Amino acid sequence: MAANATVKSAPPATSAAEAAAAFERRDTRNRWLLSAPALAILFFASIGPLGIVVVYSFLTKGGYGGVEWKFSTDAWASVFFTRDIFDDTLGFADAHLSIFWRSLRLSFLTTLLALVVGFPTAYFIATRPEKTRALWLFLITIPFWTNLLIRTFAIMEVIRNEGIVNSILIGLGIIDQPLQIMFTDTAVMLGLLYVYLPLMVLPLYASMERIDFRLVEAGYDLYANRLQVLRRVILPLVKPGVIAGSILVFIPSLGAYVTPRVLGGGRNMMLGNLIELQFGQGRNWPLGSALSITLMVVVMVALLFYVKNAGKSGVRHG
Amino acid sequence: MARAHFDVKKQTGFTTIALFCFVMLYAPILTLVVYSFNAGTSIAIWEGFSWRWYESAFANEQVQDAAIRSVIIASFAAFVSTIVATMAALATTRTRPFTGITFIFASINQPLMVPEIVTGVALLIFFAIIKIETGYTGLAYLLIAHTAFCIPFAYLPIRARLENMDLSLERAAADLYATPWRTFRYVTLPLLWPGILAGGMLAFVISLDDVVITELVKSAGQDTLPTYMLGQMRRIMTPEMNAISTVFLAISILMVTVFFLLNRKKS
Repeated sequence: MAANATVKSAPPATSAAEAAAAFERRDTRNRWLLSAPALAILFFASIGPLGIVVVYSFLTKGGYGGVEWKFSTDAWASVFFTRDIFDDTLGFADAHLSIFWRSLRLSFLTTLLALVVGFPTAYFIATRPEKTRALWLFLITIPFWTNLLIRTFAIMEVIRNEGIVNSILIGLGIIDQPLQIMFTDTAVMLGLLYVYLPLMVLPLYASMERIDFRLVEAGYDLYANRLQVLRRVILPLVKPGVIAGSILVFIPSLGAYVTPRVLGGGRNMMLGNLIELQFGQGRNWPLGSALSITLMVVVMVALLFYVKNAGKSGVRHG
Repeated sequence: MARAHFDVKKQTGFTTIALFCFVMLYAPILTLVVYSFNAGTSIAIWEGFSWRWYESAFANEQVQDAAIRSVIIASFAAFVSTIVATMAALATTRTRPFTGITFIFASINQPLMVPEIVTGVALLIFFAIIKIETGYTGLAYLLIAHTAFCIPFAYLPIRARLENMDLSLERAAADLYATPWRTFRYVTLPLLWPGILAGGMLAFVISLDDVVITELVKSAGQDTLPTYMLGQMRRIMTPEMNAISTVFLAISILMVTVFFLLNRKKS
């Protein structure tokens, strides 16, 4: 209000430039004020608490959960190393490393499979006549907006020992014993693929939609075979979509909690479950904090990779 | 000659995989819906049509309790996040870049960039501190947590709508001596309304669907429908779960359809 008053009471000699500058200052301040409630809520209940996680990762664990306010790097050491209880030597924390490795491997495989299935699907949608295209796209979007837990539950019913797949296979006499898919890495990967596939198809479609398909025809006219057209014409054009889709599938897969918990059971944990465990039965909050930050750093690196590559692809046909 | 008739838009291999993909996406959901009407207690052996699991789900007090809590939290989170997101969207669109605008963008989008499990753990720690200091263990923790992660979802459609609106009508209102408030109330708001509604509905669905953050933040006896279902998944399941899921799915699909229609009108 003070700035407002000065502008109004300013003598007429004030130059237009000064008035404009004053207006801009006031405008900027008002824009900050309008954003303030959203920022306050986010800082209170999302951004701020992340800072506390960093602090907690450097504290000593309390006996019954919680922490003692004593500086310690034990949590960070125990992310990767473990101290032998008998001879006090340091070794690699195999349990953690195997979970890191599983998380990375399953997320990578999920992304790869999503690309293999999602690419033709996006191509199919992009080549439909305009009228039906919206409908196909809607069909991809619906599962994306429905509850992830329910979709995990749906895929679980399909792959369970008593589930549809096994019932049909046994009914047809192909197998006598149900295939044990549940509680394996395969189950977790299938679940992740099922729940995150739309995240691959949508950005792929977005970049394919803009392809001028005459270019593809031109490729064929110049005697390129299908593989060459795919590699030399289509792929370079949809590269941004491939990168965006891969990142969008990889990141939530890496931090997945619900899908591995429901489909993997206790033995096939991923990083998300390991983190949760430290705040439950594990009662090691500093370790849980250190693991959370580790996960966040990996995700940030993936995002930076994406931003860097998305920036590069700024110049492209279309 | 065959080459001349070659159609790039018909790639049989791709079409087969695409159709397979659609079947893969919908078959499990359809199976789940079908077995919610099973007369038997199995979720794999069909024993005839019945509404019994819907009746038992509606009569189940834990389900009622969790469903009501879910709706309360989602309504609150959608309402508050949509209001603050609308304000933030008005502040950050149709302007020259100003000092700090990137900071505001980054802050608003932050919940989308950090894995849910990390946000959940951060809130668990932070709220544990507050719980010890104040002794309060009510629903407010879940309300504020949901409001925070709903903000980017409410913000995006509103911002998209605003960016497609030009300023000329508002300038005209101002030229005709409308106060800023009246300009907003009678010009900006009616034009922006579909975006606000879309943002609010998206926020509602996102809050309704949340499992991870709720699971970590909730105190004892504060189950929402998804966390109740997650808890039930450890036991032997009956088609009651399918019935709850089907109702849940129906609500989500309805809201998403309306969301799409709202967004389509714009273009």
